[in-house]
Amino acid sequence: MSQLASITLMQNDDARPVIDSIIADNPGVKILTMPGAIKLDCEGKITVNRASVEERLGRPWNLQELHLVLISMAGNLDEDDDYFTLSWRH
Amino acid sequence: MSGTKKLGLRQRYEHMTRGLDWETTYQPMDKVFPYDQFEGIKIKDWSAWEDPFRLTMDAYWKFQAEKERKLYAVLDSFAQNNGQTGISDARYANVLKLFLTGVSPLEYAAHRGFAFTGRHLRGSGTRVACQMQSIDELRHVQTQIHTISHFNKYFDGLSEFPHMHDRVWYLSVPKSFFDDARTAGPFEFMIAVGFSFEYVLTNLLFVPFMSGAAYNGDMSTVTFGFSAQSDESRHMTLGIEVIKFLLEQHPDNLPIVQKWVDKWFWRGHRLLGIVAMMMDYMLPKKVMSWKEAWDIYFTEAGGALFQDLARYGLKMPKGAEIATAEAEHISHQNWCTFYQYTHAAPFHTWMPDNEHLDWLSEKYPNTFDKYYRPRWEQWAKMDKEGKRFYNGALVQLCQTCQIPMVYTEPGDPNTICFRETQHGGQRYHFCSDGCKDIFDNEPEKYIQAWMPVQQIFQGNCGGPTVPDVLNWYNLKFGVDNMDYAGSPDEALWNEWHADKVKAAS
Amino acid sequence: MSVVALDNQDYAAKTGPRDTRASYHGNIMVYVHWEEHLFFCAPLAFPLPPAMPFGALVSEVIAPHYAPHPDAAHIDWSAAEWMINNVKVKPDFNASLEANNIDHKSVVRFWTPGLHGETGH
Ligand SMILES: [Fe+2]
Ligand SMILES: [Fe+2]
Ligand SMILES: [Zn+2]
Repeated sequence: MSQLASITLMQNDDARPVIDSIIADNPGVKILTMPGAIKLDCEGKITVNRASVEERLGRPWNLQELHLVLISMAGNLDEDDDYFTLSWRH
Repeated sequence: MSGTKKLGLRQRYEHMTRGLDWETTYQPMDKVFPYDQFEGIKIKDWSAWEDPFRLTMDAYWKFQAEKERKLYAVLDSFAQNNGQTGISDARYANVLKLFLTGVSPLEYAAHRGFAFTGRHLRGSGTRVACQMQSIDELRHVQTQIHTISHFNKYFDGLSEFPHMHDRVWYLSVPKSFFDDARTAGPFEFMIAVGFSFEYVLTNLLFVPFMSGAAYNGDMSTVTFGFSAQSDESRHMTLGIEVIKFLLEQHPDNLPIVQKWVDKWFWRGHRLLGIVAMMMDYMLPKKVMSWKEAWDIYFTEAGGALFQDLARYGLKMPKGAEIATAEAEHISHQNWCTFYQYTHAAPFHTWMPDNEHLDWLSEKYPNTFDKYYRPRWEQWAKMDKEGKRFYNGALVQLCQTCQIPMVYTEPGDPNTICFRETQHGGQRYHFCSDGCKDIFDNEPEKYIQAWMPVQQIFQGNCGGPTVPDVLNWYNLKFGVDNMDYAGSPDEALWNEWHADKVKAAS
Repeated sequence: MSVVALDNQDYAAKTGPRDTRASYHGNIMVYVHWEEHLFFCAPLAFPLPPAMPFGALVSEVIAPHYAPHPDAAHIDWSAAEWMINNVKVKPDFNASLEANNIDHKSVVRFWTPGLHGETGH
């Protein structure tokens, strides 16, 4: 059975580089847009990479700034300085 | 300190959160933590607790302050720009009435529950997580009151929300849910609220529903909703960690945890029926149907979760299949109830117009035309003839969920589901097997329920007549209650609208 | 099963129900439901004197409360089918509620042959 790892973010300017980097870094990502929010789903695992966001943002970015635009998520969380991963794999 | 390497997130977190506690010496640990054993949960090693969000207190304050700044900037500009005049329709305001009277007080109850739980679990990692969540929940209730206070300047039914939460018949449903959780032990509370409610069910409340607020032009509510929900991600993570922790600590914990998951899934499902109704009937512009939201957030997301937890032997909650079947009925059955009892509730209801009925037929192809639309059309017809239907009698309630007995037999949507238990020589009635099972497991707890209809008949709610009771609720007759058509809210909206038309011409 | 509480021994002694018959000032609480008519969303609840004749329950309580439904005017009460406390019965209209086995928190359900509401058949 399918097991989607998922992250839901606000649809605003602060979240845009994060959304773009998730789409670029997670092949096969499925996108559900709702008014004010966007839900990104990926089979098994989905990751936000700090470097990838910084590249789009053009400034250093603390991964924990993600808290400011995060709405919801699904999967077991693994968070470090450089990545934020949700997965159903062990 | 020269030459010290910068610490990584993991080490920073460990330094700031571990070693904070100690073994007590003046009093034995069991006396300091008297509540964490009677439930039968066995913990061998509290230090095995994992905190996946490595958020230290200083980072927590920094991010929460930033969230508050953003939220209050939106609230301020919404008020400054008279955002209330730009919502899709004044009917939308009824969603806020239901939310403020039914949901916001639960945030406060969650705040108190997590403060208590954090105090009474003896692992320091768990305590830090519970403490943060407790503060978050206090923030949620405060920001909700602040946000909706702006609408209170214009719309009825909002001003008495804490008083009503303690008294109004249907508000005993959410109130008793949290009372039940908070009077359980700390581990059951964590499974009830942290896991079953926050992880499995709150997405359904906050994501599609708040997105609906945005779609209906309420930028202030969507902002508090998503601001709260950003904390919710942390709460969900706490919920999933607590269940993994309990299941990893001792195999004897599994049957206890499974029973709590079954119970709290069912209680949560019943509670969320109100949200189902808000989504399908009360949002003038709709984002998705309750059934669609259920498919995404329970069938799909819950499915992935329970597939993951199967490695511990944990099964899907017992009522999951019935709840999924009910997703095609629950919003209609609840709207049917509030439509006929809106004279006793501090918000307005109405019969959907034809366009809305067609939307319901399309979203509920298996059920709406067959079981509900003919009844809705009958009421619309009666309304046209000047005989708008209000049910003049009080109703039978389920002893566990305290909802009127409106739900139907699994597989038979024309027949009310009756279940009954005898205890101590008394009859007790239930809306479902799920609610009966909960009672039968702990009858001594649920016989004490403060059932609104019973209390009215005993003379404990202001007097014997409906006006006496409404008065005791602080509900203003003809203002807060009755159909939307003819309400002061409608008159105000039409006035604003006429002004707009005048200004444009 | 029994409650899980810190003070398991004394729990039952310290707590109890809040809706025993004694607290209804001489009345009993009776639930009534007209089957196949979910126009009335749930069974109705009434506090009633146990000595009330069953016929009075029908004519003074049930009939007026269900009157708003278009089927109500067509009910033939002599043909109605009754279920009291989960048992199909033929009530004695002249006898009291109590004599008809209706006690505190009893459920009285009835069917009206030929009348099935908006969605029945
Ligand atoms: Fe909250
Ligand atoms: Fe929460
Ligand atoms: Zn129930």
